[in-house]
Amino acid sequence: MTETVMRTDGAAIGRADRRKEDARLLTGRTNWTDNIQLPGTLHMACLRSSMAHAKILGIDASAALALEGVVHVYTGKDFPELAGSTCVWPVTDDIKMSHYPAICVDEVKYAGDVVAVVLATDKYTAIDALDLIDVDYEHLDAVVDMEEALKPGSPLVHADMGTNECYVAKMPCGDYAAVSAKADRIVKRRFINQRLIPNPMEPRAVVAAPRGMSDELTIWTATQIPHVLRVLLALLTGIPENHIRVIAPDVGGGFGAKLQIYREEVLALVLAEKIGKPIKWTETRSEHMVATHHGRDQIQDIELAVTNDGQILGMKVDLLADMGAYLQIITPGTPLLGMFMYSGVYKMEALDFTCTGVYTTKTPTDAYRGAGRPEATYAIERIVDEAAAELGIEPLEFRKRNWIKHEEFPYTQIAGLTYDTGNYEAATARALELFGYDELRAEQVVRRASGDTVQLGIGISTFTEMCGLAPSRTLGALKYVAGGWEHCTIRALPTGKIELITGTSPHGQGHETAWSQIASDIIGIPVEDIEVVHGDTGRAPYGMDTYGSRSLAVGGQAIKLAGERLVEKARLIAAHQLEASPDDIEFSAGTYSVKGDPEKSTTLQAIAFEAFSAHNLPDGMEPTLSGESTVDPMDFSYPHGTHLAAMEVDTETGKVTLRQYVAVDDCGVQINPMIVEGQVHGGLAQGIAQAMYEGALYDNDGNLLTSSMGDYLLPSAADLPSFITDRTVTPSTTHPLGTKGIGEAGAIASTPAIINGVVDALRPLGVTDVFMPASPQNVWRAIQTAQRSSTHTNGGAA
Amino acid sequence: MTHIGVTVDGLHRHGDVEPRLLLVHWLREDLGLVGTPIGCDTSNCGACTVLVDGRSVKSCSVLAVQVDGHEVTTIQGLTREDGEWHPVQRAFKECHGLQCGFCTPGMVMASVDLLSENPDPTEEEIRNGLEGNLCRCTGYHNIVKAVATAAAEMKGASS
Repeated sequence: MTETVMRTDGAAIGRADRRKEDARLLTGRTNWTDNIQLPGTLHMACLRSSMAHAKILGIDASAALALEGVVHVYTGKDFPELAGSTCVWPVTDDIKMSHYPAICVDEVKYAGDVVAVVLATDKYTAIDALDLIDVDYEHLDAVVDMEEALKPGSPLVHADMGTNECYVAKMPCGDYAAVSAKADRIVKRRFINQRLIPNPMEPRAVVAAPRGMSDELTIWTATQIPHVLRVLLALLTGIPENHIRVIAPDVGGGFGAKLQIYREEVLALVLAEKIGKPIKWTETRSEHMVATHHGRDQIQDIELAVTNDGQILGMKVDLLADMGAYLQIITPGTPLLGMFMYSGVYKMEALDFTCTGVYTTKTPTDAYRGAGRPEATYAIERIVDEAAAELGIEPLEFRKRNWIKHEEFPYTQIAGLTYDTGNYEAATARALELFGYDELRAEQVVRRASGDTVQLGIGISTFTEMCGLAPSRTLGALKYVAGGWEHCTIRALPTGKIELITGTSPHGQGHETAWSQIASDIIGIPVEDIEVVHGDTGRAPYGMDTYGSRSLAVGGQAIKLAGERLVEKARLIAAHQLEASPDDIEFSAGTYSVKGDPEKSTTLQAIAFEAFSAHNLPDGMEPTLSGESTVDPMDFSYPHGTHLAAMEVDTETGKVTLRQYVAVDDCGVQINPMIVEGQVHGGLAQGIAQAMYEGALYDNDGNLLTSSMGDYLLPSAADLPSFITDRTVTPSTTHPLGTKGIGEAGAIASTPAIINGVVDALRPLGVTDVFMPASPQNVWRAIQTAQRSSTHTNGGAA
Repeated sequence: MTHIGVTVDGLHRHGDVEPRLLLVHWLREDLGLVGTPIGCDTSNCGACTVLVDGRSVKSCSVLAVQVDGHEVTTIQGLTREDGEWHPVQRAFKECHGLQCGFCTPGMVMASVDLLSENPDPTEEEIRNGLEGNLCRCTGYHNIVKAVATAAAEMKGASS
């Protein structure tokens, strides 16, 4: 077992330091990829298919080429074999893998697929030229609906596969048939986890510079994964990896959308190599809507087997997961990231999981904040509410009867994960206190009795999730190609300043601040003397990047170990110079002193210079002072929490109002509680947005209807309330810093809390589900449908 | 090409521009003032908000030629010459009103304008006043707090 005791001689961990990053971000001295203007740059623009599915009969680019300023127009025939993206997670042995062309050669498979690429001397000209390219399409039938796609005779997305079924993944845990046979009741629901468009505020952008120093191409790109991308770019383009440098400069949000390899990155690199000039491309927002991967999009058929006294016996999960037209980096694996989490915080004897991946002629799906866990959490937290309602048990009471009690940890749940720690009782108690649960329930009774047209509902979500992706052997067992380790090097420079080189790649999470705080406690150097280097494969050569709430959970461990190694090497130098045994040297707050003789002391900064000059080092010791570590985590971590939402629903108009939201999270030890709280707020906004506002809509021909920010409703400040947040602290025992991860918790927990609240408000009207988003239209329809069916059931008025 | 002369962040700048050139592209591409970012193409997000004659304007929805003879202030001109930040900038840092920072220039400029119009806004007035600026990271909670904090500080300084 790794040591879990926190250092107490430093005070940086746990302190709400204001962020180092903010100075440049608040004054406009930013380094977005789109800011880069290299001499001689050619601007790239992509002609995107206006049809969801069509054969390309011919392309005439002569008019575009005649436009002044247009330098090249490329079509698929110029790069017939080049892939624009790839999948690193073939989840089953017989999965049907797609080839994603950099530029489509003879067929387009979604509206937004790239059919031609223009290079021009300026951006406006490149875009003008797109209008002058004439593409002759032959219409093919679109494949939009997943269930239709699986029927015999459906048009095929990939004709050579003979089916639209990408894979079927099964994970039977326990004997569901047996437990369902002995259950008093099987609660069944079909939940629709709608398609979402990630929309980080910075659109994607890429600049590729031709070979320069070290005979190396440099690619700046708005990515979460510079290290993984470098490997994949080498594999797809054939350009040797040691001739590619990837830099993720300031990156304006990701949420999974930039956990990807995109065709624009591949094309920019290949064209920079081919032409020998810098190539630049920046996505427009409307382009983002079709060209950047989408998230979620599952049909969830859920069963919960329960006893009349409110015990959960087992759960059956049958998913249809929309892959879109092609598999990108972890498209098929994304729904399976939730596979282990369907039982949530509850004990049960069986979990029968099946997921069918389906190809459709739509934008590919992939990771979006939470990636599989929000879908799982939605299903379990919704179905327990439905089960409680059918059994006539208060939903919180039903949860308490079934969740893992704090004294039962570590607990190996039905899917085989061992939750190391947790205290659901404590988080729930705190949430109830902040929420005023009893008062709101009393108000609900009054409103129901008075027949108020605005009803009150209370939504509960007692969730857990898994962070810290991941032990490499576990990933290997799941057929994921790469590992889950993380790297850190901490270098003490001759002048006493510290360089902390991390393999994580932040895009808003404040790693520069938080990593400095961790290192400061371990090496005893003030945070302002520590510079965090990230996001550049030239300066931070090893890393697995940032996604899945892994940066602190895994990267934090590497920082701790690297710092300890640096401290230990410096201790040997201190002992040598103070003429004492290393065992007699104490280290505290950056100073080494001889036990019992504190006058004899030196500082880590002084030792850094000694290690540089190397005039007086112990015999055989190598000069320079640094600590390096690559950590493979021993396990996942399991943050949890209790979220409560007070929802007001106008039963006449369907308008839903979020009146109050309480989030109590347990992410273990907090490095910087201010940053933790910010992560919670942002996650809540995205999870609430799924429940109330967002949804990607397609027409029957496969056209994206929500194709701009004017049509896709991202919530503004006026659409959300302030949140009430707090944390309980149950340190992780599998992570040396006691931390768990917080980047996705808000997004995972809040969606079911909102919908549970809406359904709770409408339950007296017979409503048992509301499709997301809970727009006035969807809510009004749910009310009408419920009332029609109750009229029908009661044999009511003709 | 049309010749324009504009005071940008206190300096007189001029140039020949295509009549269709957007102000934000003139700032970014011609003047190199890349502190003002572009987040959308439908004037929904507000990331590119600047002040024109002291009032907030989405610089993607204005042509460069339209600001000929006017005064433009970007996020890069908000800091005083002695390096002191505007109270809104200070409050955004203090209240953790930014994460990735991409919406921040527009959010700060819109807040400056909001407070010049309404020095003592309620939470609802702040939320409605910033409706045209989208943020994907913060859930707006700390942005609202930052604007209220800046309002209190500016009020204290002026009384």
